[in-house]
Amino acid sequence: MPHIRNFSIIAHIDHGKSTLADRMIQMAGLVEDRVFRDQILDTMDLERERGITIKSHTITLPYTSRKGEVFALNLIDTPGHVDFSYEVSRALASCDGVLLLVDASQGVQAQTLSNLYMAMEHDLTIIPVINKIDLPSADIDMVMEQIDRELALEPDLAVLCSAKDGRGVDDVLEAIVERIPEPAGDPANPFSALIFDAHYDPFRGVIVSCRVFEGRVRPGDTIRFMSNGAAYKVEEVGIFRLSREARDSLQAGEVGYIISGVKTVSDTRIGDTITLDERPAEAPLPGFKDVKPVVFSSLYPISSEDYPSLVEALEKYKLNDAALVYQKDSSAALGQGFRCGFLGLLHLEIVQKRLETEFGQAFIMTVPSVQYRFTLQDDSVMIVDNPQYYPDPASIRESAEPYIRATIIAPERYLGAVMKLCLERRGENSRFNYPAPGRVEILFDMPLAEVIVDFYDKLKTVTQGYGSFDYELIGYRPSDLVKLDILVNGERVDALSLLVHRERARPWALQVCKRLKDEIPRHQFKIAIQGAIGGKIIARSTINPFRKDVTAKCYGGDITRKRKLLEKQKKGKKKMKMVGAVMIPQSAFVAVLKSRDE
Amino acid sequence: MECRLAPENVGPFDSLYVGGGTPSCLPDSDLERLVQLIRDHFLFSEDTECTLEANPDDLTVARLKRFRELGVNRLSLGVQSLNDQELLFLGRRHSSVQAERAMGWAREAGFLNLSVDLMYALPGQEPGEWEKTLKRTLPFSPEHLSCYQLTLEPHTPLGRMKERGELAPPAPEAEEEFFLRTATFLEERGFLHYEVSNYAFGAEHRCRHNLKYWTRSPYLGLGPSAHSHLGEERWWNLQDISRYCRALERGKAPVAGRERLSTEQQRLEAIMLGLRTRLGVPLDLLCPGGRDAHVVERLRQEGVVEVRDAMVFPTTRGLLLADSLPLLFPGS
Repeated sequence: MPHIRNFSIIAHIDHGKSTLADRMIQMAGLVEDRVFRDQILDTMDLERERGITIKSHTITLPYTSRKGEVFALNLIDTPGHVDFSYEVSRALASCDGVLLLVDASQGVQAQTLSNLYMAMEHDLTIIPVINKIDLPSADIDMVMEQIDRELALEPDLAVLCSAKDGRGVDDVLEAIVERIPEPAGDPANPFSALIFDAHYDPFRGVIVSCRVFEGRVRPGDTIRFMSNGAAYKVEEVGIFRLSREARDSLQAGEVGYIISGVKTVSDTRIGDTITLDERPAEAPLPGFKDVKPVVFSSLYPISSEDYPSLVEALEKYKLNDAALVYQKDSSAALGQGFRCGFLGLLHLEIVQKRLETEFGQAFIMTVPSVQYRFTLQDDSVMIVDNPQYYPDPASIRESAEPYIRATIIAPERYLGAVMKLCLERRGENSRFNYPAPGRVEILFDMPLAEVIVDFYDKLKTVTQGYGSFDYELIGYRPSDLVKLDILVNGERVDALSLLVHRERARPWALQVCKRLKDEIPRHQFKIAIQGAIGGKIIARSTINPFRKDVTAKCYGGDITRKRKLLEKQKKGKKKMKMVGAVMIPQSAFVAVLKSRDE
Repeated sequence: MECRLAPENVGPFDSLYVGGGTPSCLPDSDLERLVQLIRDHFLFSEDTECTLEANPDDLTVARLKRFRELGVNRLSLGVQSLNDQELLFLGRRHSSVQAERAMGWAREAGFLNLSVDLMYALPGQEPGEWEKTLKRTLPFSPEHLSCYQLTLEPHTPLGRMKERGELAPPAPEAEEEFFLRTATFLEERGFLHYEVSNYAFGAEHRCRHNLKYWTRSPYLGLGPSAHSHLGEERWWNLQDISRYCRALERGKAPVAGRERLSTEQQRLEAIMLGLRTRLGVPLDLLCPGGRDAHVVERLRQEGVVEVRDAMVFPTTRGLLLADSLPLLFPGS
């Protein structure tokens, strides 16, 4: 048996996590140089496009140390976004150590800190790695100083490397085997393994990724998920190379996969404990929790004929994404659809993109909403994430909305710009820390609703890319909420309704009116677009009618041509939504979603 | 030859239209043979409307009299304009004097049903200039006027000039004004604006032949590129004249394509054509089972349509929108 090391790489976005993983895979000789492509573990288009890891991928690397000992290094990849912090925590719980990657020119960032705290909570060995030392702007002394003062880690123990040109990567590998402890656990004990990920394979069903803490599992065993008691017969176990590699067994300390006839990813719970039916573990591994969506939006097919195909696409998609929740929804304007819950805005974006590109769906998404809390006169409490279910305002005693604590780290010169942005987004209770000279950590309490649309993009803009952002939910606070309706020629477009803070209602309404005016084509008649709270109009715009489109001649041969043109236009029109007599193109709904104050 | 290959058992016909192209440039003998052949081959009713399209510069009183003897009882004269500069611009061979003379000769030859084709909204044209053409035409008391707004089709000399930016077509507002002024002007003088571009001095002078296109009645088209309609079927001939001739020489119908219309397609045609004319569209065809009735109501409020006796009629402003109105009634 080789020695085992279980570790993750944690880093702020863009600090080179995927590149380092690539380089280690290449050094382990798992893949020939000529077939190598960048970000080899990031298989989704969106991951490559945005340079982020969405779905984690795990890999076992063979390594022979300088002392000549043989190791199996299990690199447990983690998603790199706050939307997926629970998944990250389960991946870390499967490790014994982490590489904390810091960009040599950017230094410590918000996610560096939050990742470090998470690793500390799991009692992991932390190896600081200063990456990108090849950059001309690399400032190793500055980063060493930050590691010392901001992270309270031993800067002399930091490993220097350039994942890009390969320098120092061997030192990183050596540090892994030298400093991260051999996993504990005894193959003779009752079996317990932690699920840190699950993928759906169309041929094999669900592939559960797990870290075995105690005992041993073999094909033919009956396993049991401890959270719900469901039992399955094991078909195959193995480890991850670039593809799956079957083994006779998985035992204490190892990281690998179990295939056992589980039909959908939703039947598994990240963080759940797997044990053996005939000799179960006494207690589940700690830290399991059910993740709850925080952002909600409705999905409607562009053409109602496409509803069945959207149902099918969602069902298929859901096989591989347990975090997405959805239920039927219907809108007077948009017909049958689904109300979906997401872990965050990035998660929403991923689902949207994948449904479009991988499943070929054409749909409209409504403005995302958070879950608002209404306490009614009779003391009952309603949680509402869909404006359609907004209670009668007269019956509401108190409205409240979820708040987050935002942590923003940026060079000090951007303090003013960040403050302004946060205050515009109703930030309150601000505090600052100066973790290092020239850098400021800004803490704000902010409504979640204010960050779900485009806060992160805006922050990047005002800090010219230097600002980093992380957040945690801190509970509900009272808030003056109203329901804003958008009317097109007097008819309410329910899909554009929004629950919003009273102060925010008018700017938003003005913007929606303008966007719709730009996107809705001229009609044969005048179109009035209005934003209203209750019966009160707070914003409006008008689309003037067009006057003439008739062609002069229509005789024998023109009729077929004209009819065919109309048929073509009719098809195009099916992609539009009718509200009363007004055709609203999909682009109008999309435009409404775009950032609020361009 | 094509006559012999035409479907059997069609007719009797009550209109014959010799046009599309310029039949008046054929020598009399050919024209006579053509008309005679058609009359011999197909059954025509007693009161057949027989139209001949003619260019002013092809005509003499004598020729016109021969046309009359052939049975032509309606003359459609391609006057286009009574402004020589405009005629030059349009690439016409005739002058305004020739055009006026031709109108006079038509009367002299005894034509009781004269239709005049005119064109307006030319690049740079003032509405006043257009009115002058109208005013100089009316003294000839045409029974029928076709007033076409100039369309700059791509792949035509004028279309290419437009693409090169050498021509500035009138703005949409100006086109609208031209259209509305024309309608008002002619209606005040007793004309019936019965189709987008067509005016009749009294309903009895509406073009019987063209009404067949707009009411989806059966018609048979002969010649290259001609279209026919019978029952649920439409077909059209080869466009290329040599291919057309070769097909006939081989004894084959020179048909390039045909289509059988679904119920939905028939409905769409009926709406699209009905809204181009003052004949209107039955409300229950437009709004089966009351569907989209609110759209009709909206259009009525906007002065685009009128509703009378369960029929929907376009107003003059409605005629201007005839191309897009059918899209508001998608049906099933």
